[in-house]
Amino acid sequence: MSVGFVMLVHEALDRASQVARHWSEHGLPVVIHVDKRVGLEDYLHFRAKFADFANVRFSERYACEWGSWSIVQATQSACEMLLSNEKDIQHVFLASGSCVPLRPVLELKEYLGERPKTDFIESVTTDEVDWTVGGLDQERFTLRFPFSWKKQRRLFDWYVDLQRRFKFRRNIPEGLVPHLGSQWWCLTRRTLGAILEDPRRAEYDAYFNRVWIPDESYFQSLARLYSSDIESRSLTLSKFDFQGKPHVFYDDHLQLLRRSDCFVARKIWPSAERLYSEFLEPNHAVTAFGEPNPLKIDRLFGRATDRRIRGRAGLYMQGRFPDEGWENGKTSGRYSVFEGFTDLFEDFIPWLSRRTGNRVHGNLFAQDRVHFANGEAIYNGSLSDSAKIRDYNSKAFITNLIWNTRGEHQCFQFGPADKQEISWFITSDRNAQIFAISGAWAIPLFHSTLSFSEIRKEAARLQRIEAAHLEMLRNGQTKARVAIWSLAEFIENPMEYLQTILDDIGGDVQRRIAEVPSMADLNGFGQFLQNLKNQGMSPHLMGDFPIIDGSPGKPKGQRPYLVKR
Amino acid sequence: MNISQLWLAYRMRWKRRRLLFRAFSKRRQLTEIRNRIKDAKGDVILCFSVVRNELERLPYFLDYHRNLGVNHFVMVDNESNDGTFEFLTEQEDVSLWRTSSSYRLSRFGMDWLAWLQIRYGHGRWCLTLDADELFIYPYHGSKSLKELTEFLDANGSRSFGAVMIDLYPKAALGSGAYEAGSDPKDYLGWFDGENYTHKFQKKLQNLWIQGGVRARYFFEDRPERAPTMNKIPLVKHNRRYVYVSSTHSMLPRKLNQVFPQNDKADVSGALLHTKFLPTIVDRSKEEAVRKEHFANSAIYDDYYHELSQGPVLWNSKSLKYDDWRQLEELGLMSSEGWQ
Repeated sequence: MSVGFVMLVHEALDRASQVARHWSEHGLPVVIHVDKRVGLEDYLHFRAKFADFANVRFSERYACEWGSWSIVQATQSACEMLLSNEKDIQHVFLASGSCVPLRPVLELKEYLGERPKTDFIESVTTDEVDWTVGGLDQERFTLRFPFSWKKQRRLFDWYVDLQRRFKFRRNIPEGLVPHLGSQWWCLTRRTLGAILEDPRRAEYDAYFNRVWIPDESYFQSLARLYSSDIESRSLTLSKFDFQGKPHVFYDDHLQLLRRSDCFVARKIWPSAERLYSEFLEPNHAVTAFGEPNPLKIDRLFGRATDRRIRGRAGLYMQGRFPDEGWENGKTSGRYSVFEGFTDLFEDFIPWLSRRTGNRVHGNLFAQDRVHFANGEAIYNGSLSDSAKIRDYNSKAFITNLIWNTRGEHQCFQFGPADKQEISWFITSDRNAQIFAISGAWAIPLFHSTLSFSEIRKEAARLQRIEAAHLEMLRNGQTKARVAIWSLAEFIENPMEYLQTILDDIGGDVQRRIAEVPSMADLNGFGQFLQNLKNQGMSPHLMGDFPIIDGSPGKPKGQRPYLVKR
Repeated sequence: MNISQLWLAYRMRWKRRRLLFRAFSKRRQLTEIRNRIKDAKGDVILCFSVVRNELERLPYFLDYHRNLGVNHFVMVDNESNDGTFEFLTEQEDVSLWRTSSSYRLSRFGMDWLAWLQIRYGHGRWCLTLDADELFIYPYHGSKSLKELTEFLDANGSRSFGAVMIDLYPKAALGSGAYEAGSDPKDYLGWFDGENYTHKFQKKLQNLWIQGGVRARYFFEDRPERAPTMNKIPLVKHNRRYVYVSSTHSMLPRKLNQVFPQNDKADVSGALLHTKFLPTIVDRSKEEAVRKEHFANSAIYDDYYHELSQGPVLWNSKSLKYDDWRQLEELGLMSSEGWQ
């Protein structure tokens, strides 16, 4: 008992003949279907190569167009020829001209010999399938498809649309449950014979004639009616890209293919010299009698397809430049923005970096230059600290910074004195986490030695900028996670808020606050605000500050607040 | 499409025709020295280049691209006097033209190449490079150029994008020595990881990429002047296609769209730029006088001046060039969808 091959060939005839000869020389009968679109001369030349091969036959030629019934017809007639001429074969293996056997014939024979009643055919109900092209899964069985998807796409779409509109539905032949699966199968003589000799075959054929891509459903559905033992998987390793086109295997996949333990793979690049010479080697060493295990290949090709479909989040490059809204993540990772904290706390940056273990930068968008952590002049990826380069494309600056520090969590300071162009990008980025103490910019002014009229002017300017920024943060379109406190609110309960922030950011060091940053001296700050008011300005972003110092809840001294244990 | 877009499309159509005509009218500037490409049949992959005094780089350049799978080189020699011309005539797989006309007035050689591409590139995959560029694509080394072009064919792409990566030495420019024929990456081992900026340009529908060491070091004060780093070096040519400025952009405009603007991503490559070999210092002095590079030479005077001082471009965050997988990991190129 043995196995026979049916081979559908339409291109790379030289390679196909090599593979057919390989099987034939190892005593396996082959029936070849050559597409009718292959020229007569080429066909005769191809056929002549097999003149001396008694177990290689050629079946009636059909012009096979992708997705059309003719492929099934070609398969049927080739199978009939094989079954009627080779009485002692137990399995029929359907292969294409671009297949290559990965394991020795002996192993395949033995494998199938141990499973004489098993049909290897991927066969899944339409509800379970997620890989169909064009979104037509159930509908391919209930609509008619007289037009070619490749050549008459408009007519195809129009006709599908028309049928949908008039709620047209075909009747599925009674007793038949549509199943889908890979075109490449290996069926037992019993099952295949039953399908081909079915008294209702004319009815089934007439039905599948108008089903879309019947080569993925004809045998897959009918096998369910006759098989006693279906293994719903294909012995042929083939991978498809997101458009449903097969991935091609090249020479550099040699080891990968070898370790897959699959029996046959497609589709092989016709010029893959090494693959063909290694796998068609007559004394192909027996590898192992393992089960086919395409997992590694699945993973690798799955990743390539994923990246093709989704791109890498937060990456902008020559091969990917998503429009606004298509980014799949504007940046590649989470980051935190702190507004007003360095004004309120003297040693906030070192404190935060100690507490969280994260990289904490100064004001990245400062007017003079980029204040990277530790005052570095050049950062990961050779990002420059030049304000001009940064401002030339501030979006690229921030996306590059986050991309270049993948795996780290960046924290940086931001305030109304900085360049504001980036505000919108940050607030519309889901990866951003913004903590703002509004009005804190007044503290450095309060400590400054400028003349009061200058201070007043500067305060008005900063307040205007921050008010606009806060409005943006509170806007409904904000995607960043935002927490805003007024200065007065924050110093009411700094411990609690700092703790919340640390909990929010996460990071390596996750403990209760044991150490607090020291707060700027706010003695007289209430009076300072009152002075601004007296000068006709209205500082409102700080919240309500009592004019008199030492107000309740805010003790004076070095430690204005307590560490909770 | 609205009226202004249609109008732009129409203008671009005429621009393309104008450029093609320009190439046609400059055809007599080229003297055919040796033409073996006439004999090349079928699906050959061609490499086009204009060279001037590149004897130092050419041996490696040719070998490297031969190994990738370039079948034939189509070269134009523009007044070399260092033996480049003689060297090229000795190469079996080089077809050679010669000209003594102005490089600048030929749109930096593009008019000459456009003519040769019209004649010999039609229907073929063509790589257009400068002698100081090394073409990198995913799996190069294990997959040939042929495999790449067939993959692109299968995907219906006619062009392949790449980003230029300036390589530089750790030491001061001009120091040390480079031996012709050796791998320039041994001397120029370093590059800037990822400090590129990208901007979509409506007019040509290309992505304008700037960055790398030159933007960082020489154009800190005027980043808008920093060199353009996006390139479309590999194209399945048609006699109606033409490069617009260097190989940065092409017409028709659809060839520039090598970057999906939806949620998808495409394969892309890189060009390793070996500009900063030790001879750069003398070359810059010469260029400053010759003014045959860049449309607006005056703007680049400072640049040439700084270059001729032999600066150190290396910094503590510079990366050592490893292989294409490193570039992919860094996000400078991508194998997305290809395996």
